[in-house]
Parts: sequence; structure tokens; C-alpha cells
Amino acid sequence: MIVGRAILKTPWLITFFIIEITACAIPDFQRDIRPILAGHCFKCHGPDKKTREADLRLDIPTEEASFVKLVERINHKNPNDIMPPPSAKKPLSEAQKQLLSEWVQAGAKYTDHWAFLTPKTVSLPKINQPEWARNEIDYFTLVHLEANGQAPTPKANRFKLIRRLSLDIIGLPPTPEEIRLFVEDTKPNAYERLVDRLLDRPEFGEHWALPWLDLARYADTNGYEKDRPRSIWPWRNWVINAINNDLPFDQFTVEQIAGDMLPKATQSQRIATGFHRNTMVNEEGGIDPLEFRFYAMVDRVNTTATTWLGLTLGCAQCHTHKFDPVPHRSYYEMMAFLNNSSEPELSLITPEQKAQQQSNESRIVTQLLKLPIDKAKYDTWIKTQKTNAVSWINIIPSKMKTSIGWLELLEDGSIFARGDTSKHDVYKFEFTNLPKNITSIRLEALPDERLPKGGPGRAYYEGPKGDFFLSEISLTSDGKPIEITSGSENYAKQWIGSSKPSAMAAADGDLQTGWSTSGREGKHSQAVWQLSEPLKTKTIKLQLDFSRHYSASLGRFRLSVTSQKIKPKAKELPGDIEKLLVQKEEDLDQKARNKLRLYYINTSKNTEVALAKIAKLQKKTPPSPTTLVMQERPEAHLRLTHRHHRGEFLSPREVVKPKVLPFLPPLEKDMPRNRLGFAYWLINPNNPLTSRVVVNRFWSALFGEGIVRTTDDFGYTGASPTHPELLDWLAIEFIRQGWSRKKILRLIVSSSTYRQNSQSSFRLSAEQIRDSVLKVSNLLNQKVGGQSVFPPQNKSIGEGIYGGGSWQTSSVADQYRRSLYTYRKRSMPFAMHNTFDAPSHETCIARREISNTPLQALTLLNDSFFLDASRTLGRWAAQQNNENAFIIDTLFQRCLTRRPSPMEQKAMLSFYKKTYGRFSNNKSEASKFAGASKGDVIKQASWTALARVILNTHEFITRN
Amino acid sequence: MNSSPATDGKSITRRHFFQECGYGVGKIALAGLLTNSLGRAHTRTHFAPKAKRVIHLFQAGAPSQLELFDNKPHLKKLEGKPLPSSVIGDQRYAFIQRNAAVLGPQFPFERHGQCGAELSDKLPHLAKVVDDIAIIRSMHTEQFNHAPGQIFFNTGFSQPGRPCLGSWLSYGLGVETDNLPAFVVLSTGGGISGGSALWSAGFMPGKHTGVRFRNSGDPILNVTPPAGADKILQRDSLNLIRELNSQRLTLENNPDISTRIESYEMAFRLQASAPELMDLRSESQETLTLYGANPNKPSFARACILARRMIERGVRCVNIYHSGWDAHSNVAGNVINNSRSTDQASAALILDLKQRGLLEDTLIIWGGEFGRTPMVESNPTLNRSQGRDHHPQAFSLWLAGGGIKGGITLGSTDELGFHIAERPVHIHDLQATILHLLGLDHERLTFTHGGRDYRLTDVHGNVVQEIIA
Repeated sequence: MIVGRAILKTPWLITFFIIEITACAIPDFQRDIRPILAGHCFKCHGPDKKTREADLRLDIPTEEASFVKLVERINHKNPNDIMPPPSAKKPLSEAQKQLLSEWVQAGAKYTDHWAFLTPKTVSLPKINQPEWARNEIDYFTLVHLEANGQAPTPKANRFKLIRRLSLDIIGLPPTPEEIRLFVEDTKPNAYERLVDRLLDRPEFGEHWALPWLDLARYADTNGYEKDRPRSIWPWRNWVINAINNDLPFDQFTVEQIAGDMLPKATQSQRIATGFHRNTMVNEEGGIDPLEFRFYAMVDRVNTTATTWLGLTLGCAQCHTHKFDPVPHRSYYEMMAFLNNSSEPELSLITPEQKAQQQSNESRIVTQLLKLPIDKAKYDTWIKTQKTNAVSWINIIPSKMKTSIGWLELLEDGSIFARGDTSKHDVYKFEFTNLPKNITSIRLEALPDERLPKGGPGRAYYEGPKGDFFLSEISLTSDGKPIEITSGSENYAKQWIGSSKPSAMAAADGDLQTGWSTSGREGKHSQAVWQLSEPLKTKTIKLQLDFSRHYSASLGRFRLSVTSQKIKPKAKELPGDIEKLLVQKEEDLDQKARNKLRLYYINTSKNTEVALAKIAKLQKKTPPSPTTLVMQERPEAHLRLTHRHHRGEFLSPREVVKPKVLPFLPPLEKDMPRNRLGFAYWLINPNNPLTSRVVVNRFWSALFGEGIVRTTDDFGYTGASPTHPELLDWLAIEFIRQGWSRKKILRLIVSSSTYRQNSQSSFRLSAEQIRDSVLKVSNLLNQKVGGQSVFPPQNKSIGEGIYGGGSWQTSSVADQYRRSLYTYRKRSMPFAMHNTFDAPSHETCIARREISNTPLQALTLLNDSFFLDASRTLGRWAAQQNNENAFIIDTLFQRCLTRRPSPMEQKAMLSFYKKTYGRFSNNKSEASKFAGASKGDVIKQASWTALARVILNTHEFITRN
Repeated sequence: MNSSPATDGKSITRRHFFQECGYGVGKIALAGLLTNSLGRAHTRTHFAPKAKRVIHLFQAGAPSQLELFDNKPHLKKLEGKPLPSSVIGDQRYAFIQRNAAVLGPQFPFERHGQCGAELSDKLPHLAKVVDDIAIIRSMHTEQFNHAPGQIFFNTGFSQPGRPCLGSWLSYGLGVETDNLPAFVVLSTGGGISGGSALWSAGFMPGKHTGVRFRNSGDPILNVTPPAGADKILQRDSLNLIRELNSQRLTLENNPDISTRIESYEMAFRLQASAPELMDLRSESQETLTLYGANPNKPSFARACILARRMIERGVRCVNIYHSGWDAHSNVAGNVINNSRSTDQASAALILDLKQRGLLEDTLIIWGGEFGRTPMVESNPTLNRSQGRDHHPQAFSLWLAGGGIKGGITLGSTDELGFHIAERPVHIHDLQATILHLLGLDHERLTFTHGGRDYRLTDVHGNVVQEIIA
């Protein structure tokens, strides 16, 4: 009676179906045997050499005698001899023993795992009822039914179809107008046209982005204790747009894995690499940042494997996989592909904005230079500055290295730090050709737009972004320390703590004290130290230590020395300005003169009033949004990947090279051995997994259950496909159709299989439920994309949340955005979403669990959001000048896309009448319930009550 | 395969179950509402349980064992000197440097009870019930930061995403009540580092998530009907929802609909049972005094009384999170303050449960995510002095009730309190023991996700037999 019982989600049907098959057939190795062996035997007799017992492997064919023994041992009565041993706590059931025995009897045949073989083109099966088939899909489903003596169910009616299709394609129920249009469309292909209309809607991308965000563990905060905000919503925008533009899935993949490495990568392609920037960042004070970077890498490997390959690689992080053929080492070889990125924040300034900004700046400069200044005052200033100017000589190290990253010398003689950072970074320099009789040394901390918040520091978590903390500066000559006797700085402030930071605190031998310039991010500061006596040698070593409870090394800085006898002090005046002041006036060109004049105008008290006016001009450009991206490190500084013994961060072993999983097709010869090559490997048509895994997820979204039930596991322990030929056909077709998501979805929903009356029924996702409410009550704000929003929540949700869990409710319009835009704070998931099984976005989720709880009932019944929607519907109904029965009909259809049955109609009418009667006797209660004081509040309240009931029906939150 | 005593009967389909058992759809589906689809009628354990319920008094921030349970007079002698490098090994610290000086114990210790267990003078109330508790002084963990440490303690894994102990119990044992959730979470004090990951069901269905009971507003979110909806309207609405759902059930025969119908009935009951639970007017003055609780003010003491009321009403697992033990500075003041908030009520809970005959099958756990260093934390750049840093190598906690042997102290640390000297107990061992006391074999209680069978104890854990009565 129902097509493809196995495609149905309801577990009891499946159970019976499988039993039926297994009872009458010879055991199939892949479907029946390997899952048993994998679940009960491989742990000691599988691929992992280290845990193998009795030198017996059962994951590959072995000698016949072993199998005879196997049957004997599994059926043994003696607990000392029975296999698996009782201590393994994995006893075999009688049915499993029977299957294994039958399989051995039939010759113990092994076949390769279906999912690791490239899908093969198959011809369409012969069916008895070809007229039922609308496309190829139907051949594959019907042949199954016919083999089991079943027939498909009739086609669903148009009301049911449009509701199903709307919920599946755009995630929202249809409007009354859309329903009318479709139901009354008598022309041929009305259904197909509906499908096209829906696929063209911008809501399509929003709806289909959701499962992708689950896989990508997208959230708006960093996770762990502090769980601070991050800005990566532009990546979410990218996903929505990519899906709406039907960006082919292969390109969709390459851009997200390695968009930054594509030739002439566009801003959009760089934004796409945010996929793997959705990993968490621990900002708790005192953590080891490299340890959490390692966890993020582990997460990236696991997420990639689940999302594209349908494989659970997690086990191989610690040891050779017990079931699947994944050696421990392979796990890290795969990691090596992904492990060479730095992780910057990309400013999303558009070229127009950039041009505007530049012209703005030059306009300001022009205006500033035109500002009339008091020449006498200016000349005095120049004179004073010149008198005080010190002749600093920028020194260039002959050697430099850091404890973990690397240093680059820039054209202006400054040094830029790159690579990883730790809680204690050490920079070491050697100078071999210093001027004679050095008396002082100067360190300039310089801003750089590549650094967090413009630098000068590299702090990116826990402390203020762009912060640094110089714990210690030490100089040695021939291994002997050079004494520093005094020091000064133009500015010193440290983030938290009462001790006084200063240049001298960085020369006191105590790593806990030092020099920091918190609050001056994006600005220049300097420190100067004086030596006890002029330096006799030309060769010294200099070391800078940055030790703090978070990474706080300097990102850009310049070292200079002077032999001036009067020992200089640190100045507010930047080094490059001071340099001009040392030169003779006549040697300065116009550019240099302008620079001096500009500096004077910008800093002098004499020009404050005029400056304030000009400053107003500057504020016009709003700050550009930023997003998190990947950026490949240069070849010269490849980050090494190690195998980690037992998966532990602290147990790195040998270095491994990038290599793909050994049981899958190798990386093609002309492909680079890096992230980009890996991305191309994922979508190579030879790769047997990617296409299958993706179409299976599509199928699962449209039928409630995948053709492979375990959407996240195509390995040995995963479920076998219920319709293997169909899966392969779809996988090949998906590639043939240019990896077009829209085309393959159109194909599936066009099938007779999809259009049947009795298709699977499943509860809507949290987001769909909330969006449906918004839609039917006409509250939905249809704006697509943008930053996340904060719909109202009860204050108490912040209880016990680190940092108080504040939740700044958005403007009314933004409260009614689609739920996909609701702010995702990992440590404090949005309560309504959480109640309806939405994940907390910390790990990759291929399929949400669905539960059914009283808390859900309480939410739908009593939550103010749902009440608001009921009130809106109630107000609307109260305004209708019509029979109650008609209003009920309309209201019901608006929410459930069908007319009520007479029995339903009767029950609702009687509820309405009783409620109306009761509210008539208590107008003040009616007013409270309706949330209104104007109009007919009794009517409004009574209709609100009925609307509330309809929104609480099982049917409203279900897709049938 | 998912494997828990409550789901081993999974092959019995829901429909089959309804038919076979001859119950009305209503009563049976009930059991599955907050936990599993089979629920109470089928609740079984792997072996006879010693405890039926758990109250976990989680001391977030990590209390200093050296000021409470683990007396190290030797440290006083070494005060001001650094520890030898060989002792510290390659341990990484959150804040202190390797050469940090030793800080002696801040409070005197004395022996108490028949068992003569040593406690500091900051635990005067616990001292009176010390013969009822088992102290473990040789706990160790793998994490030295709060969020990962707390998540590890609760879920057996250092990063968010896995089910917590309460979820495992809800999944494994089902519910004991039709009126309240199986797993409840209360919090007092400040924010908790681990966040909602600590009571999350991870990859299990959301119904196993801990239900927050809140200090302000509705005790359970949305448990109060909206203004203007009196009891009759609420009942009429539920009746109509039921009517409409039942009509669909007749047509579609979908068991999800009957579960939905019953979830509304339970929601209706929760609207009465939750406020009743929170209303402490029926508690005697004697009881309030015993706990030191003000019935109208949220506090750890009030949470302890609520926990007792919850388990009396059939709640399976109650977590109370008390945060504030993170003594990076002034460890003495920190211990004084936090002991003042927790000592009396924790001891009162033992006494109260005992006199009501509930202690024997209710397991109480008291402790934090790791310990604190024997070395002082002192850092002017962080405004810190006389504090202690995080110490994962050794810490103390105690258990009482449900199957626990009272009056014993298990394990010890070296004279520096740095390393464990005897009987190390890993977090996974503790988790295995807790499950064991509830009649569950930690190796057999599994949940399949993404092709892998997960356990609370990962692939580790040994039951600590010595503390079991």
C-alpha cells in the first residue's frame, strides 16, 4: 500500500521490512555480515595491529580453517572459549550467530565495501507499472515495491502537495494566495511550475543553508567559557547566496575549503573559507592557545570527513580505526592538507568604499594642510623639536628568530612577526655591525593593519585584540649581560592588574612585569633604555620575551640605537617624524615638509578647534564588517604536522606529509599537495563518497530518512542503502547535472515517489516551526541576509551563564526575521531552538535528533512569541465580517493548508463559542489575553484563543 | 547499536507495545515524554542498583583541597621557596610560573567522627556527618582550564558536544515521575565556565537535556500561562488540541501524534507541579534552619532543599551548580566565603535525606573540576596575591548516600600535595562508579552517533570498589 516502506522513516515499518528480507535470503556480506563483524569482532581482530589478538584478522579474507573455528567459538557454551569473550561485553544474539554460520557455510565470501567503490551506471530496472513512473527515480523505488508485492500509494492532493513542497523547498508553509493559485491552476504542469517558482525564491537559499550551517557548526560566538562574539555572518550570507545562485556543489566545496588559494581569489571566495573558521576558540585565561588550535584542527578533519565523505574519522585521532580501514597515521596525513593556514580577520571593505575612504582621507589631508596656522608658533615648535631631536640609527639584525613563528624585515627597517604565537614567545636577534659607543636603545611598537585591531600587538583572544606585553628585554655581548640602568616610555598601560607597566619593568628580570600599551591599539608607542656605559662591541645579542596569560607578543616594531651622550628619553613623537627633524631643513622635500606640518596640526593644542570640525568629516565612513577567513602560509614556512600518539596534543611524534585516505582514489598527479589539491580531490568524480553522501542528505531532507539511514556514516558500521541502485544513479546524475543542487532537488520532488499521499511525516525543525508561525501570522520580515538578530527571550535564560548572559533584544522589525538569523551563542543556545532539538553548534551535525517533550508544549502554549502571533491572527479574524464558521475555515486553512473536516469545524466552533461567552463576562481578562484595549477585545481574545490552539496542533509543526 | 537497559527493548516497536500491553495510548506514552519511548514500565538496570537518584553539588571554579580536605603541614615549612623542577615535571600552568613559591595551608585541620577523617575548620557542618561520607583525596583529571575541566567532569570529554551524566541517566534509566522532568539543573552564584554544555544531551535527543529551574520568573520557562488565560481556558484549549490531534491520529495512525497528545497533558500537569515544588511554605522552620535557607531568596541552601523536594517527587538527577571557588587570589578569603555558602546546606542535605529515609538510595556528589596548586599565585599584573592556580594532578571530593561506604577516606597525595601518592582515581573512574551505583555498567551503556558507540567513560574507567558499601 505504501511505496518503499524502507524509505519511510517510521522505525517499526523498517524493522519488519528488514526482517522479511533477511529471513529468506543468503546472508549478504555487506548488509548482514560486516556490521556484525565490525561491531563485535574487529576491535581485537581488525585493522589495528596494536590491539590484534591471536594474529587473526576478520576485516579481510583469511584461511578457511579460521572460519570453521569462528563458527565453533561463537557458539561455544564455555564462557572461557566463547567469542566474543564476555569481558568484551559485546555478546552476539542468536540471530547474529545464525547469520554468521550461514555465511561461513556459504563460503565466507568477502566483497569490497560498497561505499568505497565508484558508483556504476546502471540501466533502469524493468517495472510492471511504467505508467506510474515520472522519472528514473520511480523505476528504482517501484521495482523494490513490486519485488515485495506492494504498490505505491495514490498521489497526494494539491493541498497536501503544496504544503509539503513549500515546507521542503523554502521551509515555510504556503500563503492562502499561493494555495489558491496552485489549486486552481488547471493547465498542465502546474506542479512543475510550482516547483520552479519555489526554487527561485530567495527563501530557498535560507532554508537549505540551515543543514549546511549545522554541518559547519556555524555560531556567532567563540565557544567555551568566555564565549565572546565573533563576526562571521558574512560567511552565512555567502552560503545563502551560493545556494540561491545554485553555485555548483563542486565549486561550493572548493571555495569553502580553499577559496583563498584559487588564482586571483575574489573577496567572495575568501569569505567562503569561513567554513573551517567556525571552529571554537577558547579565550579562558591561562589556556595554551596551541592546544586549542590542535583541537580546532581535529575538529576540521572530523567535520570534513563527515560533511563530504560521510565518514567518522574521530576514532583514528587516537589509534588505528577499529572498524573502518583508517590507519592512525592517515588521520594526521589528512590533517596535513588543512594545517598550513593562518587565520586572519578579513575586512569586507568594498572597492567603492575603499576608494571613498581614500578620497576622504586625501580630502582631509588637503583641508588640514590648508588650515591657517600661526607661523610663529609653528616655527617655535619646529625649533624646540629640532633641539630635542635625537639621531637614532635603525639597526638591522643579521639573524633573527622566534620560539614559534617567524620574523620578516620590512622596507622601513621595521620587523613584522608572523606564524603562530604562544603564551610565552621569545624573539632573538643578533647584530654584528653596530655603531660605536651606543648609549641607548629604542623599541618602537608600530601599528599595522594586518594585525588584530591594527596592532601593534598580536593578542587575538582573552586580552584586548592588538595588545602586547613585553616582559623582558635582555642584551648580551659574548654571553655576558649588558646592564640597563634606566628606561622610559611615552605611554604605558596594561590590561587588568594594578602593577605599573614601564620600560624598566621589562628590564627587571621578572617575567611577570613589563611594558604594555593597552588602549593604544592601532597607534605608535615607544620605549627607550639606557645602558650603564657606552657599548664597546659591534656585536650583540638581543632578546625580547613576551609572557602573559594569553598570547601577547609584538606584531610590528623597530629597533634603533643612538650614541648620543645625553641619554635620550622616549617621546610621543613617532620615530619617522623625529628622523625628519634631525635632517637639515633645506634637505627636506615638499612631502617631508607636509608630513611635519600635518603632524603638528594633528597634535598641537593650537589647532584643536579647527581639527574638531574636520574630524566630523572622518566619521562619515562606517566601519566595514569583518569576517573570519583562512590564508595559506608561504611555502617557506610550512607548518609541520605530526602524528599525535593517542591523539594527545602533548605527544607529537613523527612529521607526516599530506596524503589522502589509503582506501580511496589517490590525489591526481598534477594536483598540488595542499589544501587546494585536497579540495579538488574531494569533488573528483572518482571519489566514490562525496556525491553519494550529498545526494543522500538531500534525500533525507525530503523523505525524513536517507537511502543510507546513517547520513553521517558510510563506513563499515553504517547502514546499507535501502536502494543502492537509486543512490548510485542519483550520485552519478548529480555530477552529470553539473553538481546543480536545484536540478537534483527538482528531479527528486518531481518524481511520483515524492508525490504520493502517504509519504513520510516528520516534525519540523525548531527554525521551521518559528518561521511557520511568523509566516502564517504575517509577521515575517522577509529581509535576506545580514547580521544576526536577537528576538526577545526571558531574562532568566542568562542565569548561571558566564558573563551574565546578556541578550540585547533587537528592534521590533528584526525580531521577526527568519530564525536562521537568530544570534547563536554557543554557551547559551536560543531557548526556543534548544527546546526543539536545534544543536548548540559546537560540533558538526549531519542530522538532528527529534524529540517530543512537554517543554515543547509549554513553549507553544505559553511563550510570548507564540502568543503574539496568535494575537495577530486573532486581530485579523476579529476584523472579518463573516460567519464564524467561515472565519474558522479561513484561519484553519491559513495555518494548516487544508479545510477542516466537519468534525474539526464543529469542535472549533464550540470552543470559540464557549470562550467568547466566558470572555464576555470578563472583559478585563479578555483585554489582557488579547493584548489589546481597542476594538472588540472579546472577539479578539476569543479568536486569539482559537488561533493559539491551531498553532499547537501536531499537524502545524509537522511536515506530512 | 544504542544500548541502555531502557532501550534494549527497542525491537519492541511502539505500536506493538501499545497493542501488547493493552494500555490506553495515554498512560504509556507518558513515560517517554521526558526520557525514552518506553519509559518507566520498562526501566531496567544492568544489575541491582544501590542508588536510584543523584544529587550532584558541583563546586564550580575548583575548591582548594589544601584548605578543606588535604592537610599538608609540610608545605608550611617550605613556604616561600619554589618546588624542585623535578616535582613539577612538564606540567603547564594557567597563570603561575614554574618557579612559584610554596604556600602553606591557610587553616588548621582536625580529625572528626568515628572514622577520624581530617577536615579543615572551615567545614564545621560537614565534620558532624563525616561518618556518612567517603572522601577521595586522590582525584585527578586531564584538564587545567575551567570550561574544558567542567565539561570533562560532566561529559567525559573536554570539549562540548557530548551527553552529560544526567543525560546518560535519563537515557539509561528513564523517568520515575509523570509530573516533573527526569533531569533538573539549578544554579546559584555567578556564571559557570562550561555553560550549557554541562547539562547538554550532546548528540542524544534533546529530551535528555537537563531542564533548568530558574531563580527568577517562571521556574521552568513558559510554565505560567499567559495573562488572561485562566485555568478553564487553558484546560479548554488543551481539550481542543487533544480533540484535533486525536482526529488526525484516527486517520493517520501515527504514534508520534499520541506522544504529542500526552506531552500536552504532562505540560498541563507541570503547570501545577512546578509551582508546587518551588513553594517552600510547607517546609518546617526546623528544616529551613537546618539548611540555613531563606525560602524566598535564591541560594545554595534553598537549592539543596529544592533538590530534596525534587527527588522526593521522582526526579532522577539534580545538578546544583555553585560557582565562585576560583581562588587565584586570597585563597583563604575565598574558602571562608564559599564554605559559608555551601557547608551547612551540604551537610543538612545528608541529615535531611537520612531522616526521611532517602539517603540510602540517593547518591550525593560534592566537588569541583580540579584542584589547586601547592604553590602560591601572586601576580601584580593581574592584581593577585596569596592565591592558588589550577592543579589537575590531585584534588579531593566527597560522596555520600546511595551505596557509598561512609566514614572512609580514599587515597592520598605526597607531602607536597602535588602528586597522588596512593590510589589515583581518574574522572572516568568516578563516572564509572556513579553509573555502577545506579545499576549501570559504564561499558555497556552506549549510544551510537555517527557510526561510533559512545560511552560516558570513553574507553576508560574502572569502578572504585573501595568506596562502595
